[in-house]
Amino acid sequence: MNGAKRLTAVHQSLTFSRRMLLVSGAQAAVGAVLIGRMGWLSIAENEKYQLLSENNRVQLIPVPPRRGWIVDRTGKPIAINRSSFRVDIIPQQLLDGPKAVATVASLLQLPPDEIDRINRELKASRGFQPVSVADNIPYEQYAAITVRLPDLPGVAASRGFTRFYPAGAAVGQLVGYVGPASADEYLKENKNPLLLIPGVKIGKEGLEKELEQTLRGEPGGQRVEVTARGKVVKELDPKPDRSGGTVQLTIDADLHEYAARRIGDQSCSVVVIDVTNGDILAMPSMPSFDPNNFSDGISQAEWKMLSQDDHLPLVNKTTESLYPSGSTIKPSMAMALLNAGIDRNQIVVCNGVYPLGNHVFHCDKRHGPCDMKRAIEQSCDVYFYSMCNRVGAEKLSPMVRSMGFGEKFDLPFGTQRFGTVPDPDWMMRKYHRKWQAYDTINMSIGQGYVLINPLQLAVMASRLATGKRVIPRLLKSKPVVPQAPLAVDADHLAFIRTAMAGVVDHGTAAAAKLQLDGIQMAGKTGTAQTHNLSASERGNYTAANWKLRDHSLFMAFVPYDNPRYAVGAIVEHGGFGASVAAPLVRDTVTFLYDKPKAIASLQAFEESIGGTLDERLARKTAAWRSANGLPPLPAAQA
Amino acid sequence: MITSEIIPRPLARLPWRLIFMVAAIAGFGLLVLYSAAGGSMHPWAIKQAIIFLFFLAVAIGMSSVSEATIKSITFPLYGATLVMLVGVEALGLVSKGAQRWLELGFIRLQPSEFMKPAIVLTLARFYELVPAAEIKKWRAIWPALLLLGIPAFLILIQPDLGTCIMVVLCGVTVMFLAGLPLYIFLGPLAAVSVAAPIVYGMMHGYQRKRIDVFLNPESDPLGAGYHIAQSKIAIGSGGIWGKGFLQGSQSHLDYLPEGHTDFVFATMAEEWGLVGGVLLILAFAMVIRWGMKVSANSKTRFGQLAAAGLSATIFFYVSINLMMVMGLAPVVGVPLPLVSFGGSAVMTVMLCLGLLMALERQQRSVSTLG
Repeated sequence: MNGAKRLTAVHQSLTFSRRMLLVSGAQAAVGAVLIGRMGWLSIAENEKYQLLSENNRVQLIPVPPRRGWIVDRTGKPIAINRSSFRVDIIPQQLLDGPKAVATVASLLQLPPDEIDRINRELKASRGFQPVSVADNIPYEQYAAITVRLPDLPGVAASRGFTRFYPAGAAVGQLVGYVGPASADEYLKENKNPLLLIPGVKIGKEGLEKELEQTLRGEPGGQRVEVTARGKVVKELDPKPDRSGGTVQLTIDADLHEYAARRIGDQSCSVVVIDVTNGDILAMPSMPSFDPNNFSDGISQAEWKMLSQDDHLPLVNKTTESLYPSGSTIKPSMAMALLNAGIDRNQIVVCNGVYPLGNHVFHCDKRHGPCDMKRAIEQSCDVYFYSMCNRVGAEKLSPMVRSMGFGEKFDLPFGTQRFGTVPDPDWMMRKYHRKWQAYDTINMSIGQGYVLINPLQLAVMASRLATGKRVIPRLLKSKPVVPQAPLAVDADHLAFIRTAMAGVVDHGTAAAAKLQLDGIQMAGKTGTAQTHNLSASERGNYTAANWKLRDHSLFMAFVPYDNPRYAVGAIVEHGGFGASVAAPLVRDTVTFLYDKPKAIASLQAFEESIGGTLDERLARKTAAWRSANGLPPLPAAQA
Repeated sequence: MITSEIIPRPLARLPWRLIFMVAAIAGFGLLVLYSAAGGSMHPWAIKQAIIFLFFLAVAIGMSSVSEATIKSITFPLYGATLVMLVGVEALGLVSKGAQRWLELGFIRLQPSEFMKPAIVLTLARFYELVPAAEIKKWRAIWPALLLLGIPAFLILIQPDLGTCIMVVLCGVTVMFLAGLPLYIFLGPLAAVSVAAPIVYGMMHGYQRKRIDVFLNPESDPLGAGYHIAQSKIAIGSGGIWGKGFLQGSQSHLDYLPEGHTDFVFATMAEEWGLVGGVLLILAFAMVIRWGMKVSANSKTRFGQLAAAGLSATIFFYVSINLMMVMGLAPVVGVPLPLVSFGGSAVMTVMLCLGLLMALERQQRSVSTLG
């Protein structure tokens, strides 16, 4: 028993030593793991953690960059920055929040809901990020705040910048507008802190939006060391900001504004192109909104007024609206006919109708016997019905397309609609039916499925003028696309140009003849039907049936013998192309050659319709507000 | 051992190398606390210095206690601590809140701290009493499980998961060294590793999320993983040589939470780098090794088991804390002894060291006499 116990005790002591070894070994192993882990963190991952530590430590209080300018081809400003005054509160420096807010609110005469907003934002803000109190305040209020600043710790009055568009509504559709970033935009930019700074506006629409990256610039800022609770400990070296880049457009600001004003109260878009390089010189879309109002934030009522307007001031018609081309397609059709071997001297007798099967297609009058030249000059539909039907759509559509209809251009506009030039294949794909002869007939006069935007109309004019593939360009920074010659016969082209000169000289657009010495315009009118109105209705337009009227189109190039400029104009529900669109183009072109003369006629025109653009817009707003039971707007700030 | 005519014999017989090592760790800890307070002795470093010196004196005083005395107070000490644990529980029940300490007017007594050395001594004493032949029998197992299980349960429901884990680990270490059959340890280990994935599968979404956040704290850097993420940033950004004394941005700018208590190692590592961290770990390793040597050299079974268990207590303190701050273990609230601000951990560790010194002195005198 005793021996056995001693043996077990020895055994036990052996077990203890063995297990001690195990425990010590395990402890050493844990120690090694700990040292290894620490080595991994501080050597292998050192760079990553150093970066994270710096991100913790250093915060940037961004200083917003000055937004880049948008200027016209000569450097004339289209969108610039005007210095303005603003008041912010820096929560961290605030000693007596409620008192400061109350004082500032009474000095600035802020409405109660604004005060609520400020208090809400103050509560949610993080230490050093300023909360906007008021933006774009008059100098008197700015001065009143400034003298009281010593008693108002945490309140900061500063000079900022507001976007300013000298031409106002005339460039609204072209440049778009700016505004504070929405929550969505903030998230889309990975929570870019710049967008949270009071007073920072980003492009919301138009060029301001499309060119945002160029215009915005690089924010600079004060680099500060902050604690986890957002308290600034010390200031580090500031990071300089870089202003946004200036964007130069091919637009001629004066011409653009002239055309916009000349449009008057019509719902219309005009595009002027320099055919030698494709530069877009003007592309107003009217009516429009005043982007200056938008940059200060637009009221609900104003937005409602704009969105309810049937003249669509919120749509950039030059690239977003589609219309039947009407007879403006005829010169291109004639090119296609010549290409297909039609003799230009062959006569078609027009007696006002063209029967096909059991349907009769009409012409607007009896033109009698027409060769091709006369058919273009007098815009005879029957000639084109008959000739195009003979040739067939397969030979027509490619020529029309090569002239620019249905083509999409690389322009800085987010939304562009580029319409349709139909052909048998397209018909099968889209409507699953065979092309019929009446489709050719509809297409021959730019009706049916033919849809274009005003820009394409101007492009067609410039391609007919040059015989080259003119590509429109809006940004000066983009290289001019070399103009490849079109696959057309020079002789055919010369003939078409002569016919188009005839349109203005003694044809349908004779009333739009230029009153300039030695400069002759060539063009083609178009009247695009939107509804089937009877002849008497057509002759008797009233405001009531505005929506039912035909669109009035005109395309032109000048001078006809050595083309330099091409123009396309579409007046929504304007009536005959010859009576509305053509005179508009005539005056616009006159401005290119003789400014005083053009301005004189514009002044006479504006007097006849009740004042300048701004005056009419203000009157319209006032009328709308009173009709909707809203108080009149306060007088504009000086 | 220093032998000199000038130094009085009782002083000369103290394990001075250990005391220097411990004082060095604590001194370094004071530097870190000085920095954590933004370069000030207040409010932490000065208090910590007083606490440390007080308990160092207590430990040195304890070193003259004989093994027999320790043995004789082991069971009463265990009993008293258990009663205090129940008392804390009852108090918590009355005041309808979690409570971990007893207010004694001049000091807050946290009984769970006493339980760490108490459980080690008790189990060592128990296995000394168990005859060697009985060790593989059930009779040698269930009383130990009970002795360990009751306080562990009481601490767990306080709730203090960190201390509970430590008490259990210390107890299990003593049981392991006592020579209990291996299946006692391997069985539950196997069961846990099989059950863990099954339990994870049955968990609620938020419970799973906690585990996910532990496994990958970066997945929730602003929420539950914030402590670990910021701690890893502090350690990782320190690099090899650290950012320099008083230069730690994570701790000084308050990004690192608990930078003076549980996460003090991260504060240290940010300023002293890998070098400081390795030196600190090595210093602790030497202290623990010293304790393990006391155990190995011990002539009595109680001495062996108690010394090993007490060393293990210090080991678990250090390793759990370091694993926690380096993202290898969940945040369970175990401080780094002698460095973290707070009296409890200093007290426990110094009690352990005092007992170890007493046991060491015992074996030396035995060996001298023998």
